[in-house]
Amino acid sequence: MKPVNFDYARPKDVADVLPLIADDSRTVKIMAGGQSLGPMLNMRLVQPDLVVDITGIEELRQVEETADAIIIGGCITHADIEDRRVPDVTRGALPAVAGGIAYRAVRNRGTIGGSITHADPSADWISILSALGATVTLRGPGGSRSVAVEDYMLGALEADLQPGEMLVSVTVPKLGASARWGYYKSCRKTGEFAHAIGAFLVDPERGVSRAVFGATESRPIIVPDARRLLGEGAARGSNGDFDSRLAGELVEAGGMSDPIDRQIHVVALRRAIQQAGSA
Amino acid sequence: MAAQGVTDRKADGQGVGASLLRKEDDRLLRGRGQFVADIRLPGMKDVAFARSPLAHARVNGVRVPEALRDRVVIAEDLKDVKPIRAVSGLAGFKPSDQPVLAFEKVRQVGELLAMCVADTRAEAEDMVEAVELDLEELPAVHDMLAARKPGSALLHEEWGDNVFLETFVDVNFEAALDAPIKVTREISTARQSMAPMEGRGTVAVWDNRMEQLVLYTGSQMPHIVRTGLAECLGLGQHQIRIVSPDVGGGFGYKGILLPEDICLSWYAMRCGHPVRWIEDRREHLTAGANCREHHYIITGYADRDGRLLGIDCEATVDSGAYSSYPFSACLEAAQVASILPGPYDFPSYRCRTWSVATNKCPILPYRGVARTGVCYAMELVMDAIAREAGLEPHEVRLKNLVRPEQMPFDNITKKHFDSGDYPEALRRAMAAVDLPAIRARQEAGEPDGRLIGVGHAIYCEQGAHGTSVYAGWGIPMVPGHEQATARMTPDGGLELRVGVHSHGQSMETTLPQIAHEILGIDVARIKLVHGDTEYTPYSTGSWGSRCAVMAGGAVATASREIAKLAKGIGAHLLQAKPDQVDLVDGRVVGPSGSVSLAEIAHTWYRLPQNLPEGVDPRGLEATIGHKPVRDSGTFSYAAHVAVVAVDPEMGDIEILDYIIVEDGGKLINPMVVDGQIYGGLAQGIGTALYEEMNFDASGQPLASTFADYLLPGPTEVPAPRLDHMETLAPYTEFGVKGIGEGGAIAPPAAIGNAVNDALKGLGVELTQTPMTPRRVLEAIGKASNGAASVNAGAQGELV
Repeated sequence: MKPVNFDYARPKDVADVLPLIADDSRTVKIMAGGQSLGPMLNMRLVQPDLVVDITGIEELRQVEETADAIIIGGCITHADIEDRRVPDVTRGALPAVAGGIAYRAVRNRGTIGGSITHADPSADWISILSALGATVTLRGPGGSRSVAVEDYMLGALEADLQPGEMLVSVTVPKLGASARWGYYKSCRKTGEFAHAIGAFLVDPERGVSRAVFGATESRPIIVPDARRLLGEGAARGSNGDFDSRLAGELVEAGGMSDPIDRQIHVVALRRAIQQAGSA
Repeated sequence: MAAQGVTDRKADGQGVGASLLRKEDDRLLRGRGQFVADIRLPGMKDVAFARSPLAHARVNGVRVPEALRDRVVIAEDLKDVKPIRAVSGLAGFKPSDQPVLAFEKVRQVGELLAMCVADTRAEAEDMVEAVELDLEELPAVHDMLAARKPGSALLHEEWGDNVFLETFVDVNFEAALDAPIKVTREISTARQSMAPMEGRGTVAVWDNRMEQLVLYTGSQMPHIVRTGLAECLGLGQHQIRIVSPDVGGGFGYKGILLPEDICLSWYAMRCGHPVRWIEDRREHLTAGANCREHHYIITGYADRDGRLLGIDCEATVDSGAYSSYPFSACLEAAQVASILPGPYDFPSYRCRTWSVATNKCPILPYRGVARTGVCYAMELVMDAIAREAGLEPHEVRLKNLVRPEQMPFDNITKKHFDSGDYPEALRRAMAAVDLPAIRARQEAGEPDGRLIGVGHAIYCEQGAHGTSVYAGWGIPMVPGHEQATARMTPDGGLELRVGVHSHGQSMETTLPQIAHEILGIDVARIKLVHGDTEYTPYSTGSWGSRCAVMAGGAVATASREIAKLAKGIGAHLLQAKPDQVDLVDGRVVGPSGSVSLAEIAHTWYRLPQNLPEGVDPRGLEATIGHKPVRDSGTFSYAAHVAVVAVDPEMGDIEILDYIIVEDGGKLINPMVVDGQIYGGLAQGIGTALYEEMNFDASGQPLASTFADYLLPGPTEVPAPRLDHMETLAPYTEFGVKGIGEGGAIAPPAAIGNAVNDALKGLGVELTQTPMTPRRVLEAIGKASNGAASVNAGAQGELV
């Protein structure tokens, strides 16, 4: 398949993008890395009048470190993070997860902002960034606002974008010195979209113990206080303490009706927690 | 009869048996190959097809906007074009007519309804969207077992049922019924797409000067395509030239005549410019999932000591909507009956097969053809018998394999196994893994909680089977003598012209190796010409693991003729008698000296005044046909052993070790054979673990991209450990056997048996490919003692 005929713009700054995407007389798609949009265009699943390529915008390629967070421009690629061109404030979590996204060719072009906004439930960033407590910053005609990553994703392939808004950056909090994380995903082959993801963060200095069941049918299922899954050995997260029954109830309450789906999600989280425990 | 020719590598390392680097790789690895999609002809336009979105529907109309009408072809334009009709001579076969563009009915998703022509593919697709399809949906036939039952919707109403062909064989079956061990299994393999790297593609143009339709199309069998195309279009075969350039994988898919080819040809004859269709991956997956879907109910009968007494089987193959040209809709299922007994010797056999029409694309012979399914079914049953008898599976196999002293051996279905030591292949493969250590490891359990298992499979593969075999099938194509032309050039080089096509088989290297073996001409100076009906002798093409035996044999025969002709001229130049000279390393050597082939060629072509009166007027050119001494086929064979780890919580399967011991007779180029085995193994792993095209109840294919249709990648295919035996074939040149397909045959069986070995403690047996994580977990969940699964939910279904 080949795309429909469309116009193409490659503006130099965000201010030039906003009027283009505010024009509701035509269908406009933002292209960040194009790794999902490209195939969707070719298969004519999207038939835009205009594609706005934002990879030429310097601001979106910036990274800024503050006292307690790092702010990553929306067009930073997975490979930028994998290769640590972006400073790591997550004790290795972001580079490790980045290195497992799809294939290197995809990582060279695919962007963090594009991935989150595409909102594929199986994608890695949504799950790990939700576990890390990251937020996204959006800019639109009315100015800027910030939203937690897990709230930004409204459902499968649906992000909380108001008309004329775009994602400009992702803010990831710095982890404490004793923080530990774990991430486990189930794929049938290297680079395939995940069938189940477990993500876990324990950060005693900041009082965080957070777990995520990812690669669901829709939004990730967040366990804001994961200590309840771990019982007495909460911080260590040892295998014996993991409450599989409770975990199963949580994913079932999260809408997962298929017992095999529940099983692999529960096991994925348990393994993520084990990984954190052994870190 | 002993193998002719050589058994040792020539001293210069270029002849038969040398692992010469591939000549074709110089262009292919530098990106200089020329595939159909690389061809640019002046004025060429692109084609997109309006395809049926429904699996089964009545066609009430195909409406084309008036402004586009002259650039859109619909069925009513093609009234003079014959449908594709591939009959079989087997009794009871019901033929189908596959229209070039559908009218009256569509019978599969993706069936062609209109062809749109534009400057670019994108614009052609815009036109497709403007074509209005008026289709009235009919109940889809998507399940081959249900399709066999009375009351099913019918694809071809005039048949009265959905069965292309039913076959039945019974050899003394009653005698097996009292056997003490009787195991019955329901076994199935999923429908697959062949998924070559390069899809189909065709450029068609009418050449006014030659008064000829020229079709550039990636084809395994250019001459057969020409014949089929001429018959559909009503052209003389001299009016069609088929050029098959570089081809990115065939596997059977590029062996058939496509309606697309006919439609483009018809248009090219009228429009005054070239037209091109390049299949995209979506078309390939949704309209071309055309292989492997088998279903077996199979019972093995055996003694308590594991001696096989009989096999009883009902096999059903989903043949899809039409009988495809030239292999027909029934090759696969009917072949099941004849090859199911595998490499075993047993006394009683019964098999009934059905080739069933469904609303899917026509089935094609994919690498290994029916053998991959057959091997999976038979080898799972052998393991089930072993478990029932309380024996190691390899011990049971060793008791039942045809023994070397029985060779040549006519098996229960009259297959003539030519040579080999099947038990030795299995013993060698088993020796490569430390079975007691694996058993001890299983006993102890793995630290990571996974379960390991070892499994094996053995098969023999009929290749290069010829006239006597195919005449019996009665399909449009029966191979006879395979011809080759050998022609010396004036500077002492050699051209070889063959009607088979090389698209991964490495024949641009291996056929020159054969000529070199006989003539001593440097392989670098031997040019293989193939893939063009204008320049090559008629051939049924590349299929059935036949090229090394048939085209190789033809090249050897033609080269020997060149040797004879050259010796005649050389003897004259040396003032000797022809029987006083010999051809040694590219020189004709006589009692008083020697003369090179280059000098002889120079004399023939450029100094004919120096030739004697009465010189053989054929010069230094020969076209000769070849058949093996016996044309019932070569039987290569291999034992595969897989060691796997199964994650009982996630259902993931990892291949820890993979061993292949194969016997292809004399190997022309062992490196090339290894390459064939690696590629086949990757496809076999795809069948075993990944590849599956599901259809819903309305006949819709459920995968349209490689995100949903999984192929194994580099990280999923282990580096196998290969070992070769070289039992010469008794009937072929050099003792060569066909090995092209074997790698794809045994992996589902070996991996399946390994998985079942790993899971036997849970009482779990998987009998369906691909063995997906979900199927593993479902099987564990169903087993009563599925203690390894975790509690995952309030209702605790998986406790």
